[in-house]
Amino acid sequence: MLLIIWFLLWGVLWAVYFMLDGFDLGLGALNPFISRSEKDRRIIYNSMGPFWDGNEVWLITAGGVTFAAFPTAYAVMFSSLYTPLLLILFGLILRGVAFEFRSKVDNPGWRLLWDICHFFGSFGPALLLGVAFANIFKGVPIDGEGVLQGSLLSLLNPYGILGGLLFVLLFLVHGALWLAVKAPGDLEARAGRAASGLWWFLLLVAVLFLGGTWSETKLFNNYLARPFLLVVPLALVLALLVTKGFIVVRKWVAAWLCSAGTIVLATLFGVIGLYPNLLPSSLDPKFSMTVYNSASSPLTLKIMLAVALVFVPIVMIYQAWAYFKFGDKVTDEALTQDEAY
Amino acid sequence: MDVITLSRWQFAVATLFHFLFVPLTLGLVVMVAIMETIYVRTGNEEYKRMAKFWGKIFLINFALGVVTGITLEFQFGTNWAGYSKYVGDIFGSLLAVEATVAFFLESTFLGIWVFGWDRLSKKFHNACIWLVAIGSNFSAYWILVANSWMQHPVGYVIRDGRAELSNFWAVITQPFAVITFFHVILAAYTLAAFVVMGFSAYHILRKQHISFFTKSFRIAVIFAVVCSILNIVVGDFHGKEMAKAQPTKLASAEAVWKTAKGAPFYLIAFPDEQNERNYVEALGIPKFLSWLALGDKDAEFKGLKAWPKEERPPVTMTFVSFRLMVGLGFLFALVAIIAWFRRNRPEESRPLLYILIGMIPLPYIAVSLGWIVTEVGRQPWIVYGVMKTADAGSKIAAYQVGISLAAFISIYTLLGVACFALMLKFALKGPEPLPEAEK
Ligand code: HDD
Ligand code: HEM
Ligand code: HEM
Repeated sequence: MLLIIWFLLWGVLWAVYFMLDGFDLGLGALNPFISRSEKDRRIIYNSMGPFWDGNEVWLITAGGVTFAAFPTAYAVMFSSLYTPLLLILFGLILRGVAFEFRSKVDNPGWRLLWDICHFFGSFGPALLLGVAFANIFKGVPIDGEGVLQGSLLSLLNPYGILGGLLFVLLFLVHGALWLAVKAPGDLEARAGRAASGLWWFLLLVAVLFLGGTWSETKLFNNYLARPFLLVVPLALVLALLVTKGFIVVRKWVAAWLCSAGTIVLATLFGVIGLYPNLLPSSLDPKFSMTVYNSASSPLTLKIMLAVALVFVPIVMIYQAWAYFKFGDKVTDEALTQDEAY
Repeated sequence: MDVITLSRWQFAVATLFHFLFVPLTLGLVVMVAIMETIYVRTGNEEYKRMAKFWGKIFLINFALGVVTGITLEFQFGTNWAGYSKYVGDIFGSLLAVEATVAFFLESTFLGIWVFGWDRLSKKFHNACIWLVAIGSNFSAYWILVANSWMQHPVGYVIRDGRAELSNFWAVITQPFAVITFFHVILAAYTLAAFVVMGFSAYHILRKQHISFFTKSFRIAVIFAVVCSILNIVVGDFHGKEMAKAQPTKLASAEAVWKTAKGAPFYLIAFPDEQNERNYVEALGIPKFLSWLALGDKDAEFKGLKAWPKEERPPVTMTFVSFRLMVGLGFLFALVAIIAWFRRNRPEESRPLLYILIGMIPLPYIAVSLGWIVTEVGRQPWIVYGVMKTADAGSKIAAYQVGISLAAFISIYTLLGVACFALMLKFALKGPEPLPEAEK
């Protein structure tokens, strides 16, 4: 029971991370294509300003909880995905620094430099997180010692790349919708159109990905064994469609919330299919990292559960409050503030 | 080079770099919070400008602390898989608690603070920065509990081929961790105080914004005096804990080879690792070392020769780092006391102001040296007495780590230079001029 709770909590933390940082990463990747002036770019940076760091902490927590609850899986997963993970980290480093540094010098060359860093620091992690998770769903060639057999390039299989594309598109739509919520005037209209257009690509890739999942992974086995679980993928499809509905009627906040729901459900869909594996081995199922062979001791799991049950809701409350407080449009006046990005 | 050596270099580069930014964060946030509190209490706009001015420097510094911290957390898995599997049951949970309890608090409320000057009530806005300060200092506690567990493992049992938690309370309250926390916090406050005093001295010397910077100076000098003096006392306790927990580190830090009762302390010494002796030993104070480290002037001080060679840490590095850190510690206290006596009219003590400017890098050096003592002195153990560093690595290709190490060094160097240049730019530029209306 404890193990199932932890497995779900693990999935939920990753889902929340993707939901929150997803719009930052997506908007960062969209930035060069949607902004037409320095002012547009400043609106984009400031629309993420109060949130991006708090969002990123969900990644740290998701990583930390993987370490705390399933240390063996953490060790095997992170060491076998060494290079993609470090690329993600370098991307996030550049992105974070770009936020803070860009606005501090008023020089077009300097700002362009950080725009470029911000783009790659957003697009890169979005893509690579998708590639990594698709490979986790599919299984990676780890042996009985938890050592990766085979080259890095094996991670760039078609299904892995499809996963990367899926993440990028999910995040792009999510980011465009956030911008539509936060930006005034013309930029809002452009963001809405971008979300609307990108949604069709998302639909296409999502269908391909589900097909790929059917043929390349064993994720559906859990669903076939317990058909009531199919509500998750059904809800996922519904959320994706309703997102489009709200885009059409230009209800940006509602559309953004649905796209957040889509991301959470997509992650949970994968995670539930994975159970009891955290990292399946494609060489032999008995080498897989599962909740049974990689978990911490019951004492640690209990203490951590208490910590998580107390603090995660508190965090959610104050973060939700922050979103509520800073959810309005980025105004001209806000841009003149000394602190604004 | 093998994977372990490369991973060690990578970890050392990444942590030392992280810790270039962390101490200023820890200390400056408290000072900014105090400045804003004075503003809220008195309504004096000058303190608001002060909070904003130092706040900006804080923010630039904070960004690098954040981004370099994330790589550290993930490196335990990427580079130290053996370690993570063996002790993750205990160590992993501490990192997870740190993130849930502390990092969320600081990052969320910092965002609110930065963008909330005009949106929140004054009191609430001020409370936000205090929450950031609490969050940062709390995060330091948890990470240092984790580190202290590596230095002095407690509250665990070895079961099924790994270390498992048996007493959480013992892990988070062990004296070694508490003392480490106070030593690090005091070091961080000292560093921040010297940074604020140094930049204030620059402006006072140039006779600009005198009132603004004298006020900043007077806040910082209190921190400097209190923290640097207290830290000598706490450092001494820390040494005594180390003597109990890690005798090999102590013997290396003091470069003592032969076991002796009532060991003398040599003011001048230098180790010769090859021949297991010291090149020079001069100006000895009889029995002082035994008294200092063990609390009894006749106690037996175990020398390095009591352990086989492969169980000793690199002696020269530990010794030199320790000596320099302690020396700097006394220097900080001395300068802080002098500055304290001149706090009301600092513009009249020009030599002191020059000295304070020159001192800015020294606390950075001191904290790095302190960590080198701690981490290098722990070798060859990764968890003292429980697991050797050599067994802790990941089974990955060395070239991967070689490439990432090179990437770390180059990216970090560029970012570090850019960050310090920006901080310098804003620090030297001085506060924003008053808006016309308020003049
Ligand atoms: C401004 C920085 C600073 C200053 C002036 C001092 N220290 Fe320090 N010291 C540190 C900053 C530091 C540190 C970087 O924060 C360390 C590294 C790990 C730790 O716990 O604190 C450290 C470690 C450290 C250790 C190693 C503990 C271990 O291995 O776990 C000892 C024994 C001392 N210190 C003792 C002293 C003494 C007796 C000082 C007397 C003046 C002193 N330190 C000044
Ligand atoms: C921020 C302050 C810290 C600094 C500057 C620092 C510095 C170093 C250095 C220089 C090494 C290399 C030692 C060697 O290879 O001989 C090292 C190793 C290491 N440290 Fe730290 N350290 C810090 C804090 C921590 C903390 C808080 C932890 C744990 C939570 C930690 C865990 C490790 C590990 C796992 C290694 C690698 C194994 C080894 O080489 O010993 N360090 N650190
Ligand atoms: C070697 C082990 C360490 C790890 C794994 C680690 C991890 C991290 C991470 C992930 C962050 C980013 C938090 C955010 O996004 O807000 C961070 C920042 C921070 N860390 Fe570390 N850290 C280490 C060492 C230390 C030490 C020794 C201290 C303090 C004594 C410390 C204090 C802080 C503080 C105060 C921050 C806030 C941001 C800033 O640095 O400006 N860390 N750390």
